[in-house]
Order: sequence, then structure tokens, then C-alpha cells
Amino acid sequence: MSNTEKEDGSMNSTATPATGTRTTSLGNVATASAAARARSEQPVGSGLEARNVHAWFGKYHAISDMSLDFPTGTVTALIGPSGCGKSTFLRTLNRMHEFIPGAAMAGEVLLHGKDIYAPGTDVTKIRLKIGMVFQKPNPFPSMTIGENVLAGIKLAQLKVTNKNDLMEECLERAGLWNEVKDRLNQPGGSLSGGQQQRLCIARSLAVRPEVLLMDEPCSALDPGSTLKIEETISELAKTMTIIIVTHNMQQAARVSDYTAFLLSDGGPGQIVEFAPTREIFTRPKDKRTENYVTGRFG
Amino acid sequence: MTIADIQRPHPSPTPRNLESKPRPSDRIFRGIVALGGFSSLIILGLIAGYLFLRGFSILQSEGLSFITGYEWVSSINSDGSEGAAQSTYGVGAMLIGTLVTAAIALVIGVPVSVFAALYLTFFAPQRIKRVLVTVVDLMAAFPSILFGLWGLYVLMEPGMYVAELLNKYLGWIPIFAVPVPVFLRSPFIAGLVLAVMIIPIVTAVSREIFAQTPLDRIQAAYALGASKWAMIKNVAFPYSYSGVVGGAMLGLGRAMGETVAVFTVLNILYQANFKILLGAGGNLASHIILKFGEASEEEIKALMAAGFVLFLMTLAVNMLANVIVNKTGRRGR
Ligand SMILES: Nc1ncnc2c1ncn2[C@@H]1O[C@H](COP(=O)(O)OP(=O)(O)OP(=O)(O)O)[C@@H](O)[C@H]1O
Ligand SMILES: [Mg+2]
Repeated sequence: MSNTEKEDGSMNSTATPATGTRTTSLGNVATASAAARARSEQPVGSGLEARNVHAWFGKYHAISDMSLDFPTGTVTALIGPSGCGKSTFLRTLNRMHEFIPGAAMAGEVLLHGKDIYAPGTDVTKIRLKIGMVFQKPNPFPSMTIGENVLAGIKLAQLKVTNKNDLMEECLERAGLWNEVKDRLNQPGGSLSGGQQQRLCIARSLAVRPEVLLMDEPCSALDPGSTLKIEETISELAKTMTIIIVTHNMQQAARVSDYTAFLLSDGGPGQIVEFAPTREIFTRPKDKRTENYVTGRFG
Repeated sequence: MTIADIQRPHPSPTPRNLESKPRPSDRIFRGIVALGGFSSLIILGLIAGYLFLRGFSILQSEGLSFITGYEWVSSINSDGSEGAAQSTYGVGAMLIGTLVTAAIALVIGVPVSVFAALYLTFFAPQRIKRVLVTVVDLMAAFPSILFGLWGLYVLMEPGMYVAELLNKYLGWIPIFAVPVPVFLRSPFIAGLVLAVMIIPIVTAVSREIFAQTPLDRIQAAYALGASKWAMIKNVAFPYSYSGVVGGAMLGLGRAMGETVAVFTVLNILYQANFKILLGAGGNLASHIILKFGEASEEEIKALMAAGFVLFLMTLAVNMLANVIVNKTGRRGR
């Protein structure tokens, strides 16, 4: 049941011409998140939780006291104006934040109830469980398309019994298999931008993460590729938790079950409102959220 | 426009001249800059040409044996005049010495440099890094006589100890064998000093290359659960390979051309010595400096020819390096 509704939802968005989706139409949003809502009625496990997360760059307090739950099998969108700390927050969730010199954080991030910042935690294992897709497609140019998909296996020194099956499965799930199955030996850089981004998604899937963080995965892509990736996200959400940063309101409305609106009022970024996506877009509680989603500021 | 105009078949288009007329000041500036750009080429050509002209007669009379010959004899007749008949000039022994010492320098120096560069780029805390980078850059500009003296008085002892160990345990490998146990002032120790000399420059170049590894690829690797080493092996190395080879070649060029340090450390004997632990040998540059002071007119010509060979060898190594870099290096970019 939920499946057919979901299909309807994505069909709806696919059928809308690209130019149409750019103009604000909250009606469209409502149907789309009906599908999303149906999906979120799946049994919810304890997925990822952020508790009172702060982050600093040197002395600069970038985000303050952010707490969010990301139940297993849901898609959460992070929206907000540029510089409000969306990427920073996202990067604290898989410990990528600490690569920046001078970076610091406070608070807890719990994966299945266990703090990923607990002393003695193997950071590389955490990143295997919580994968990441970046804004700019970044396949490894020294590797072929096939090797790129399996890059994580090599990098994390994992064992797999059948590499070809895994490669096909991941490319299939990322919606790229049909386009590349005959050219797996070509370099990863030989694909179009949209294909490269789906390759990067396939690459993240190969290490079987439970959570996938996506930082504006479509911002460098054309509308067609964007829709393909959105379909991929909806497909993936059946089995994993997805957190996506986006500047595209329609995209947030189309793909997510929950939406968090982040804002920095001069000070560090904070969460202004967190609710089911439908509510954020139809009846936001906070005036600032309303202003933002209706395009009156930001 | 008339109908006739439109109906007339189009002539096939010729590309238009896109050059714009430069202003006089631009032209003058361009001339100065071009002179600067070509100056190194001109100077190089002048030096090579001079060496070739001065050494030509020797190259002609000795022929190929100038390179393959192992003898360097400059005879002087009893009346003090020079007797060209008995002289033979062959730089083969020193050619081998040059390659042997430079190879030792590379084998020891490049791994150390790469590790140092990796540490500086990916591991060192910010403050230590700043200090070390300054020190490395400073060392790259050190006069080589200081390395030579240091090698002679400080490095010799521990170097000899290592040499004895190598001989004891790996003596069955021909290059580590010695006919007589003289470990002092050997090509091995000269190579060691050369290694220390090239480490700063190779480190500096490699560090710069490693530091250019695109951040998005590094992050992609980490986000896939890579350890630091896995990231370096799969991302930083493929990207930096060609640059590091280039840096090593720069070091090789320096090691092959080094005069003073080798002259100071090595027991300069004119023989082809493949037994690197044995205290005898030399390289082309140190040979030239050794003979130059009391050379006869004719021997000077022979030394010029030797210089020309050194020039060609350096050129060949650099060209080879270019081929390696171009063939293998682009993949990771
Ligand atoms: N490497 C850094 N060093 C110092 N400050 C940083 C760094 N990265 C981000 N910041 C600061 O932290 C704040 C949050 O940045 P962040 O990149 O998380 O914003 P964002 O919401 O992702 O913005 P955008 O939508 O433009 O990507 C900004 O004020 C930014 O200037
Ligand atoms: Mg961002």
C-alpha cells in the first residue's frame, strides 16, 4: 500500500516539468509529502540522534545546541539560509567535522544509542556506518567506474565474496547500472556530472552504511539528473536513514519525511523548527520558518 | 543586401587574424620578459657549446673509448713538453662512480624524503610543521661544503659501522663485498652524504605536491571509512606520483653533479668501483676539480670533454624522468 502511494508521489514529481517545479506550488508539495508520510509509518528503530551538538571553528561558534532524531528509514531535510551551519551540523554526524584544523564540538551523536564520539571509538568504522555524499561529485579519477564503486571496500579493507554482484547491486540502487554496465572499465571522470554523482552514491552504498548524509547532492546538477537522484533517494529510504541538506524547497518537500529549519541570527546556527515536512511547508509554527519557506527571506 | 548577394555561393570561410596590435610599452615589456625566459636556454647552450668545442679534439682522438675507457693518464715527456702519444683519457670509471654514488643517494634519500613529506603534510601538528618546513627549506640552501665536512668528521664513524654490518650480513651480494676491509671514505659513505644533501630538496618538492592533493578526494576517502594510510596510498600517492618522481629527479641531478661534498668525503681513486663499501672511487665532477689545478693544456681539454659528458648525462636523466612522469603520472590527476 505504502509502496503504490509512494510511486504515485514520485511519478507526480517526475511528471511536473522542470520549470514548473521551480515555481512555488504548495499543492504539489502536499501530495508529495503524503507519500513521504506513508513511508514514515514503517516501524521506527532507534536510528541516529544528535543531542545538544555544538561546533566550533577555532573560536568561532558555528552551531549551537542542536538536537534532532533521525529514525531509521526516514528522510530528513535540513534547510536554511547560507551559512547557518547545515553542512557543519551534517559533518558532526559522521565525524568529518574534525578534519578541519581547529575544529571542535560538544554534545553527543548516538547511533543505536551509542555515542560515536565516545573515547576509544574506531572512527573509520563510524564512517562506514554513516556514509556521505558531497556537494561536488568527486569520483576517484585514477580508478575506473567499477573500481570507484568498490573503492570503499579497498579503502576500508573489507572482505566481499562477490565483487561483481556488489558492484551491480550498488549501481542498480543508485540508478546508474543501465547507463554504465557496458563501460565499467572507463575512468570515473568520463561520466557526466549527474552520472558522477550517482556513481558517488553507488560508491557510498557499497560499504553498506545504515545512514547516508547528503550535502546538497544535486546543487551542481541539471533538473533531469536531480529527479533521477531524488528517485534514488526515495528508493534508498526504504532500507536506510537519509539526511539531506538542500537549498531547493521543492526538493525538500518531494523527498523528505521530516524537515529541520536552521537559522543563524548573527550568532551560531540553531534549529528553529523541526516537524514533518508537510507541516513545515503548510503550517509552520515559527514566523521565521514561514518567511523562509515562502521565499520572503533567505 | 540584394538577392544576388544572398544567392552567391558562400566562399569557404578563412579564419580571421585574431592578433591585436600590442602597444609599444607592451612590446618592450614582452621583449624583456622573453629575454628572461630564454636566458637559461641561452646560457645552457653557451656552456654546452663551449665544453664541446674545447673538448672536441680529445673526443675525436679518443672516440668511444673516452666513455668506455677506465684509464686517465696524462703523460709528460722527460723534457717537460707534453707527449700526446702516451696519454689516454677515458671517463668510464668516473661515470660509473657518478652513477653509483647518485644511486645510493636516491635509494636512501628518496624514501626518507617521502616519509618526511608525508609526515609534514598529513601528520605533523601545525606548530611543529611550521618549524620543520622552515628548517627543511633552509637546509635545501645549505652550501655543500658544510655537508662534506660534516660527512667527513661526523657521519663517517656511524656510516662505517653500518657499512661493516652490511658487509658482514649481506657480503655475499657482490656490491657489499670488499677485497680488503677498508670501509673508510667509500662510495657508500659519499652516497650517504649525498642522500642527506638531497633530502631537503626532495622533501620540499614532495611536500608541496602532497599538499595539493584535492581536498574533496581526501574527504571522499575518509567518508568511505579509509584510515589515514589507506587514504595516502589510494588518493595521495596516485595524485602525487609524477610530482614526487620529478622531485627525486631534481635530487638525482644534484647528486650527479655534486663536486665538493664527494671530493671531501670520498677517497678519490681513479678506478671503476662497484664494491660500494670499499674506500675508493670518485665521480665526474670531483675528478674534474681534482685534476684541474695541475692539468696540462691537453688535459684541460680532456676535462672539458668530461664536463660535456656530465652535461649530457644530466640531460639524459632529466629527459628520462620526463618520459616516466608523462607516461605514468597523468592517471591520478
Ligand atoms: N572551515 C571553516 N573554517 C572556519 N569557519 C567555517 C568553516 N566552514 C564553515 N565555517 C563557518 O561556519 C558557519 C556555518 O557554515 P556551513 O558551511 O555549515 O554553512 P551552510 O549552512 O552549509 O551554508 P551553505 O548553505 O552556504 O552551504 C559559517 O558561518 C561559515 O563561515
Ligand atoms: Mg553547506
